[in-house]
Amino acid sequence: MKKKNQTSATNRYLLAGLSLFCILMMVFSSFSDKVSGPFKVLADYTVIPLQQGINHVGGWLGDLSDNFETLQQLRAENEKLQEQVDSLVTENSTLQEERYELERLRELYQLDQNYSDYEKTAAHVIGKDSGNWFSTFTIDKGSDDGIKADMNVMAGSGLVGIVVETGPSWAKVRSIIDDSSNVSGMVLSTSDRCIVSGDLSLMDDGQIRFEQMENNENEVSVGDQIVTSYISDKYLQGILIGYVSEVTVDSNNLTRSGYITPAVNFKDLQEVLVITTTKAGITGESQ
Amino acid sequence: MKAMKIKRFFITAVIIIAAYLLQCTVFSSLELAGIKPNLLIIITASFGFMRGSREGMLVGFVSGLLADIQFGDMIGFYALIYLLIGFINGLFQRLYFDEDIKLPLFLISISEFVYGIIVYFLTYLLRSDFNFLLYLNKIILPELIYTIVITLVLYPLILFINHKLEAEEKRSASKFV
Repeated sequence: MKKKNQTSATNRYLLAGLSLFCILMMVFSSFSDKVSGPFKVLADYTVIPLQQGINHVGGWLGDLSDNFETLQQLRAENEKLQEQVDSLVTENSTLQEERYELERLRELYQLDQNYSDYEKTAAHVIGKDSGNWFSTFTIDKGSDDGIKADMNVMAGSGLVGIVVETGPSWAKVRSIIDDSSNVSGMVLSTSDRCIVSGDLSLMDDGQIRFEQMENNENEVSVGDQIVTSYISDKYLQGILIGYVSEVTVDSNNLTRSGYITPAVNFKDLQEVLVITTTKAGITGESQ
Repeated sequence: MKAMKIKRFFITAVIIIAAYLLQCTVFSSLELAGIKPNLLIIITASFGFMRGSREGMLVGFVSGLLADIQFGDMIGFYALIYLLIGFINGLFQRLYFDEDIKLPLFLISISEFVYGIIVYFLTYLLRSDFNFLLYLNKIILPELIYTIVITLVLYPLILFINHKLEAEEKRSASKFV
């Protein structure tokens, strides 16, 4: 009996001790990033290599199943792509023309910053958030590969999210569909600014919300491109976020809001591109 | 005796890490309607009522910490939740019998439900998102159901491993007497 009491007492001490530890860690880590440093290194040696391994196996299985796609499908696709190439070639030539014009105008205005070519590095997605509440994921490159917090992450041509934390060989990315994510965006054609925010209740439909767009004479219609705006201090300018799928005038008649279909398919994200230039780096240089 | 303890420690660690890895890699692609089950809760709760408060607590702490390091905003948030869930489940060890699957299922479901509610309150409600019913229907309940389904598969496995270990422990203990 005495022994039993003793063990339950030590259990209680252990509970109190560990709880206190958790609370202290929470308080410290909300003040400073340094606290989590040792833990990140711990993850580097335990789960990250295993996650990378599982990811490799998964990728290999995926490739295997892709190989079974029939020749006919490929032929049909090839034909379609050929048509696309033709139309793109014509489009390209007009764009080339416009580019020369743009270059001339740039020289005229002496705009030396070119936003279109950012240095990128590719990374694999190796793990997704263990819960259902947020949409963060980890990639297999970290501070040892030159990844820093606040770097923008893309997949294909669209914005995926932003690096929020880095470990030695991994980094945590918060995607733009995460409920706590807010991005300053603008309509490409009219340069009207808006706030693009993720929403858990829209995640199933694969959409995100935008709001606080000025209700002016500029017409915004379904299908318009939304890109990152020039006023954000973390997101680089001109990265495609998605296409407007619905737009309504708010009841105050001053602003418009609506929904965006992201340019990236977040359901099966495997490889991402991390832009190694940060907004802070660009603005710092130009000063 | 000491060797047995080390063996148990390693096997427990392997179970935690395996569950965690499955959760963030394999089950991420087995999502149903954007929901994945919570394996860590199953592990934490089962170790709680099978092995008592102390092991439940430690298992919960470690699994929560893993989730914190990779995906949390603060170190210690999930660790604390899982820690408490492990401890409370440990209090039910006295009521627990191996053959009965009703109590484990009940405890795991309650733990999962409470976990969902706590996460909602501490993350979403504090950001003044009051749409509780939406999140209940969209996240908490589907996650609960999916977790229960997975429990039916996973729990016998944990039970089996625990049986094996306990039998071995008994054997090595009787050698010394």
